[in-house]
Amino acid sequence: MEYLSIFVKGIFIENMIFAYFLGMCSYLAVSKTVKTANGLGLAVIFVLGITVPINYLLENHVLKEGALNWLSPNFVNVDLSFLSFIMFIAVIASMVQLVEMIVEKFAPALYGALGIFLPLIAVNCSILGGALFMQDRQYPSIGEATIFGLGSGVGWWLAIVAIAAIREKIRYSHVPAPLRGLGITFIITGLMGIAFMSFMGIEI
Amino acid sequence: MSTDTNTAVQTKRESLFSKKNRKLLKDPLDDSNPITVQVLGICSALAITVQLQQAVIMSLSVLFVMIGGNVIISLLRNLVPDRIRIIVQLVVVASLVIIVDQVLKAFQPDISEKLSVFVGLIITNCIIMGRLEAFALGNKPGPSLLDAIGNAMGYAWILLAVSVVREIFGSGAISLPGMGQVKFLPTSWFISEGGFYENNNLMILPPMALITVGIIIWIQRSRNEALIEEN
Repeated sequence: MEYLSIFVKGIFIENMIFAYFLGMCSYLAVSKTVKTANGLGLAVIFVLGITVPINYLLENHVLKEGALNWLSPNFVNVDLSFLSFIMFIAVIASMVQLVEMIVEKFAPALYGALGIFLPLIAVNCSILGGALFMQDRQYPSIGEATIFGLGSGVGWWLAIVAIAAIREKIRYSHVPAPLRGLGITFIITGLMGIAFMSFMGIEI
Repeated sequence: MSTDTNTAVQTKRESLFSKKNRKLLKDPLDDSNPITVQVLGICSALAITVQLQQAVIMSLSVLFVMIGGNVIISLLRNLVPDRIRIIVQLVVVASLVIIVDQVLKAFQPDISEKLSVFVGLIITNCIIMGRLEAFALGNKPGPSLLDAIGNAMGYAWILLAVSVVREIFGSGAISLPGMGQVKFLPTSWFISEGGFYENNNLMILPPMALITVGIIIWIQRSRNEALIEEN
């Protein structure tokens, strides 16, 4: 039940886009058509699902205060958490590279769908944001951290596909000229955020 | 011989306030504003604009990281092979952000707490990577420094504008670092004290940040029609 709660929370209540604005840059840039938005969204789910657990292991067995205890009892007071930013981003950048290579080799069809988006993802705020929230919230086990990563990814995918669908339709309506493109996208996202607030307070 | 004279002509010192340099500083404030026109660095711009003091601290942090990053990458631009440039940029930026984070934790613990993950997210703030890629990699340190200052200022004024609007309407107050929150409406005006005024709590919630930025874009583009997008 705990897992389901974290998953639903990640998708609806603490949605990466509507509650924390993470990954807004690619959300605005790649949401012109549903097809590409879908590809980027799937790539984000994929990468978040992989990097959050890896960063969880890194955080709990290397970086946290006393986390190096398994190496030698002398390290019980070592606190490397100031290095977490640089370690997380290094893990993310290299994982993205690795995932890209593996997918290209073993799943060419998937690579065709995700390929061009994968390099973009290394600098997507939502991926580093996922790692930092995981560190902040201190999940008790790696399973919960993974579910959190996947849930946030699904929430991000949902948001980008929804806005892309709206933007495809809005092309046919009379938007005031200065609001066209970026302005109206911001305002629609705000309205969608208000709609998503109705999920607040749901407890599973 | 001719190459010597060429370099001599090129290295002729440009005055600090030449037209080109002024353009580097001024353009990002309006015509190529990083947030409203280049669409870079939105994440943090929206998330930390509930209070003015957070926005001020965030703008200063971004200014520091941008100047450091732009100048360092510009100095390294001929040494770094093209294929690993993203990693190099990430490492430089991440180190600068670690400095900012440690300084904030030491001297402004309250604000550091409120900014939570968003200090770390300066690393992936597209503004920084975007300017490194688009400018610092191809220009000398001097112009890169100006570009960094200009873009950080363009980012800062949007941040400050959004946070002033949200804080005035959302909390009925203005807060500055070191001064705390200054309420400028008399307490007796509020409904809870028997008055007539109620803060608009919607302004504090995330969606209104998006709508406020949307309105800023609207105002900016109706003043400057060259920025209007095709449908």
